[in-house]
Amino acid sequence: MNVGLPHFLTVSAVLFALGLFAVMSRRNTVAILMGVELMLNAANLNFVAFSRYVQRGIDGQLMAAFVIVLAAAEAAVALAIVLALYRNYGTVHADTAQSLKR
Amino acid sequence: MIRDLVFVLLALLTVVPAFWVVFSRNIVHAGFALLFTLVGVAGFYGFLGADFLAVTQLMVYVGGVLVLVLFTVMMTHVPAVGRRRHGLDRLVPPAVFAAAVFGVLYKVITVVKWNVGEASTSPTTAEIGTQLMTNYVFPFEYVSIVLLAAMVGAAILIRERSHAGSDDAIAEEKQEARP
Repeated sequence: MNVGLPHFLTVSAVLFALGLFAVMSRRNTVAILMGVELMLNAANLNFVAFSRYVQRGIDGQLMAAFVIVLAAAEAAVALAIVLALYRNYGTVHADTAQSLKR
Repeated sequence: MIRDLVFVLLALLTVVPAFWVVFSRNIVHAGFALLFTLVGVAGFYGFLGADFLAVTQLMVYVGGVLVLVLFTVMMTHVPAVGRRRHGLDRLVPPAVFAAAVFGVLYKVITVVKWNVGEASTSPTTAEIGTQLMTNYVFPFEYVSIVLLAAMVGAAILIRERSHAGSDDAIAEEKQEARP
């Protein structure tokens, strides 16, 4: 086995599928967020792998850096929303958040 | 040979805990499994010569996002009593869809003839810094503003409200504050 681009892409695809499954099947909001993080990491891995093997520029790595920053912002806001949800409903299950106003 | 071994180890370190993240019943276990997945991805970045990104991944994801996630898990712990188990009808459609997405991705990966160039192994940190200050200076500033706005938004979202957080109570409070 000569490690090349397809191997990285396959690992990334596995991560993406797992994240997608978590987002669609889990009821706990924090678990859904973990699925989103898995998908973002899969995309980042693709960026870095392409940057290394195909384009040989630095743009892919810069995109991955921006994605990391935006993922941090997304996590902060999402977890704030989860805490507000918990304070208002006493649970973090996505199914219970059905009204816009308490 | 060493490269293959390192790749396999990193892939195991990344994918096996990812399964644990997705299928674990215990949300705390899922959070700690996510730690290993993120470290594995950081290892992949280092493997691919993106040393700056590897360190960034460790500092931002493992040191920041994951701590936030675990913190939220601890603060919002819902007791397991009376929790409904996942029905099979709830799990099958997501599983089928995720498997289909993986199938399409894998087909694309194996069918396309990738135009693979010669791999370079030089460190990229200096180049990233140069690019951030020249070609990418506006995206860099935009993303910093987005980050600031997100932090302020998060702080506003979780602030304590008086009178159980109803809008009327806040309006009353404003009325009273007025001289």
